[in-house]
Amino acid sequence: MTGRILPFGPLMAARPDPAGAAFVLPFRAKRPATTDETPLDPGEAERFRRLILPHLDGTYSFARFLCRDASLAEDLVQDAFLKAYRGFRGFRGGEPRAWLFAIVRTSHLTSVRRRSEPSADPEVLETMASDADTPEAALLRQGEVDAVRGAIESLPEPFREALVLRELEELSYREIAEITSAPIGTVMSRLARARTMLLAALPLEETRP
Amino acid sequence: MSACPDKEVLLHGLLDGELDAANAQACEAHLKTCPGCAEVFGELQALSGRLSAPGVGYRAPAALRQRVEAMAEGPAAPRRRLRAAAPWALSGTFAAIAASLALVMLQPNTMALEDQLVASHVRSTLAAHLVDVETSDRHVVKPWFNGRIDFAPPVIELADRGYPLAGGRLDYVGDRVVAALVYRRNRHVINLFVWPTKPGLSLAPGPARRSGYSVAHWRSGGLEFWAVSDVDPRDLEAFHQAFANRMQS
Repeated sequence: MTGRILPFGPLMAARPDPAGAAFVLPFRAKRPATTDETPLDPGEAERFRRLILPHLDGTYSFARFLCRDASLAEDLVQDAFLKAYRGFRGFRGGEPRAWLFAIVRTSHLTSVRRRSEPSADPEVLETMASDADTPEAALLRQGEVDAVRGAIESLPEPFREALVLRELEELSYREIAEITSAPIGTVMSRLARARTMLLAALPLEETRP
Repeated sequence: MSACPDKEVLLHGLLDGELDAANAQACEAHLKTCPGCAEVFGELQALSGRLSAPGVGYRAPAALRQRVEAMAEGPAAPRRRLRAAAPWALSGTFAAIAASLALVMLQPNTMALEDQLVASHVRSTLAAHLVDVETSDRHVVKPWFNGRIDFAPPVIELADRGYPLAGGRLDYVGDRVVAALVYRRNRHVINLFVWPTKPGLSLAPGPARRSGYSVAHWRSGGLEFWAVSDVDPRDLEAFHQAFANRMQS
């Protein structure tokens, strides 16, 4: 993990945040992995299995919350691990999940555009109502886990991805900013709004016996 | 009640462990004097506990796992697959079992109590024997201990403070059977070991860290409490305070 305790003051006014914008992934997911297509040697392949494969569940979970569809999520994840395997020589260390999630997210945005859905521009999505369950409908689902999942899925995408990366994957603000290509100040405000929306959708009384 | 407008973002930063030490301290001090902010912070903690509860995150389907693992074996070298895969897939499990056996066998009663507790905590998370009785309902956990041990550990619900109860277990520490209450904190596990105080023993020092694990000890109502976890020591201390406060009320 990179530094989890960040100086707070300067971050508060961040929009645009030059520090966040200048933060570059160790490996750019958008760059086609054309540099070196020769198969990984056994040592490299072993390292890939040790470092990258353990994040399959987390990557699938992130993909699933992102696209809200089980089979689309499988495709996204399989594609992401293939890309990661082919581009593994470009992986410069750091948090492997930040790398995998950025690949998943890029593929997701590309496939959303290809399906000619509404623009995936975060600025537009932020003001757009979600097409999934309303929070009220989500609450009608059975069980605590379903209710929580439904409430998360009802959040508009920029809030949903920030929340999942923080609360479920426990990534730092800086890592979330990297993955979502957003300034840290924006990550913070999205996270705060996501939680406010969830508190409204998931009253605490629901958990009490 | 709602939070002070100028403090709201700080509450999220504190919750996420993203404040520097000075801001974290100032924010914690403010929480002690401002009921509005304290209430909002409690709600955020409880929400966080529900979001990170096991089962909310999805797990990769088995078919996807097989495809990805086969791909990582290298499409160019299918013959290598069986030979290479087995040792790699199993070595982690064997290492974990060997490590936990080593903890049990090599270090008998001479181990310091804290080390025994940490070893027990590690075993509980490795050996898929975290709980004997798995429930978040204290009314189930409490009677479960009846007849199994000669004292009644207080079973306290702290889900609203971000520490949901996961269940209970019997364990063996310091030459006696003890109760272990299992709580969760986000994705981490807190083992709370409880047994009756022996008269004449002096109080051990407060929060300590042993080989990457946080340990907190306190005494209350004739019982010894030892909390062990890999959470941040400050989180464990907050757990201790929350537990002790609720036990008294």
